[in-house]
Amino acid sequence: MITFIFFLRRIAFSFVTLIVASIVIFAIIQILPGDPAQLILGMNAQEDTLAALREQMGLNAPFYSRYFEWILGVMVGDFGTSYTYSVPVSELILERLWVSLPLAVMALSLSTLIAIPAGVIAASKHNKLPDVSIMGFTQLGIAIPNFWFAMLLVLVFAIKLQWMPAGGFAGWDVGIGAGILSLALPAIALALPQASILARIMRSALLDVLAEDYMRTARAKGLTERMTLWRHGVRNAFIPVLTILGLQFSFLIAGTIIIENIFYLPGLGRLIFQAIAQRDLIVLQGLVLLLVAAVIFINLLVDAAYAMVDPRIKRAYHE
Amino acid sequence: MSEFDFQGERETWGDLGQKALKNRSFFIGALITGTVLFMALLSFFWTPFDVTELDIGNKLHWPDTTNWLGTDHFGRDVFSMLMVGARNSIAVAIVAVSIGMAIGVPLGAAAAASRSWGSNLIMRTNDFIFAFPSLLLAVLFTAIFGPSAINAMIAIGIFNIPVFARLAHGGSLALWQREFILSAQTSGKSRVRITIEHIMPNLLNILIVQGTIQFSLGILIEAGLSYLGLGTQPPDPSWGKMLSEAQTMMYFASYLAIFPGIAIVFAVLGLNLLGDGLRDIFDPKLRRGR
Repeated sequence: MITFIFFLRRIAFSFVTLIVASIVIFAIIQILPGDPAQLILGMNAQEDTLAALREQMGLNAPFYSRYFEWILGVMVGDFGTSYTYSVPVSELILERLWVSLPLAVMALSLSTLIAIPAGVIAASKHNKLPDVSIMGFTQLGIAIPNFWFAMLLVLVFAIKLQWMPAGGFAGWDVGIGAGILSLALPAIALALPQASILARIMRSALLDVLAEDYMRTARAKGLTERMTLWRHGVRNAFIPVLTILGLQFSFLIAGTIIIENIFYLPGLGRLIFQAIAQRDLIVLQGLVLLLVAAVIFINLLVDAAYAMVDPRIKRAYHE
Repeated sequence: MSEFDFQGERETWGDLGQKALKNRSFFIGALITGTVLFMALLSFFWTPFDVTELDIGNKLHWPDTTNWLGTDHFGRDVFSMLMVGARNSIAVAIVAVSIGMAIGVPLGAAAAASRSWGSNLIMRTNDFIFAFPSLLLAVLFTAIFGPSAINAMIAIGIFNIPVFARLAHGGSLALWQREFILSAQTSGKSRVRITIEHIMPNLLNILIVQGTIQFSLGILIEAGLSYLGLGTQPPDPSWGKMLSEAQTMMYFASYLAIFPGIAIVFAVLGLNLLGDGLRDIFDPKLRRGR
């Protein structure tokens, strides 16, 4: 019952956050300089034509009515029509999502797959060679900017060795292999710094847990070293790791903005950048809202996972 | 939560200084950070060449004894540009972390101490800012208010606030469950006093570690923004801008794509080592050679 109420409250909070976010996003984007009507008709447009188009697009309506028109549309999946591409925004986003989502999933899985074992090995071999070398690598991994790493990957694998494409997206209809190949370098570039941070957090969290009294108790009651490590150690060390995983999702989204530009990938990150450059406000506000909603949702999941890993946190909410 | 540890006995600055000298991470980190800082400060008075002077006749020279790291497509000396770029990166990162810590930590600690509707409000506002991906926020911010180093500082600083608030909140919540806090409460200390006297000192370790991560992230994001053309503006050289210019010349002048990257890695690595060293020095548990 407590769990149920906890989740209900958390979901309600997320919902309110999302509503406030939508208002703020809408308001912020209205401040952006640039007139959509001018953008569509060009610099030489007559003033009365511009006025007519503004009226037709509903740009003269008051703030709240424009907001409600937009948000009600969004709720039924209608994000409006792009000023520059003249296609529905939802269509644009959906099309680009097929690049960005696989890229994010590939990067996040890659970084988790590297980081968790690396962190556990480093902590369990504390101050020995595996620990020292893993920590050395992570130091370097954190320090390398992902866009520079991406440039180096292009320099080595695309320009010198010519194993992979230097950029562009083959498209999924060419074949899954070709699609994955065009996302491989960007995913590696995104995953490296993430994996380094995650491995370090995993290691330090686990080291702290290993020093706890209940670890000694677990060993004393006859559990093997391995069982103690995984059942009591890693599980408890996951709390800070989860926080960072939640954080990383939003870094990942940020990372895609740069990385997609380097590799000329037609994803959401590149769309945002194009939308800002072209003042395609309706695309921009839809996209930003979507990304923010994604981050809110991930944070909700992280909190839920918290409560499952450590019941004390759930109780703390109720005191 | 076990990631937070409390200190046993108080230590004098002399003790800490002794430990600092023996700590390798700290030593190397301080050396690297000191070098970067020195180069940045030196660039105010002296650089091998004037970075504002264009010398097209001398463009795209590979590194040699005159131009140690070569020249760019305008014939500017790369080493001199890196020196001037260092001060932009450092300035942006310092201001951004200061904004985040100064606002975030008190908010997070206060929210953990009071646990009223006010604390809920703080943490929800926090989640709200948090929900905006950092670079996206920075990109939007600079798109609206104009690309500049100052706006980059503010944009990165805003995203630092919830990071520190969350950390201070989570850390404090865990500490409030500890016996020594309970005993402080029993002895009649107010929640504000407990926060200042017992919670804050115990958050120091984790704040230092996070501060280091955020500082290096600040340098990285500044580089990213400049790379996108939204940070430090030309003619001021910046590491990120140098990399974005190098990208189109990678086929014939790969050195241009190498050195600014190394500069960023060097600066970030130095800061991270420094932070790690500081953590070892402050944390009594680690000192016992666990």
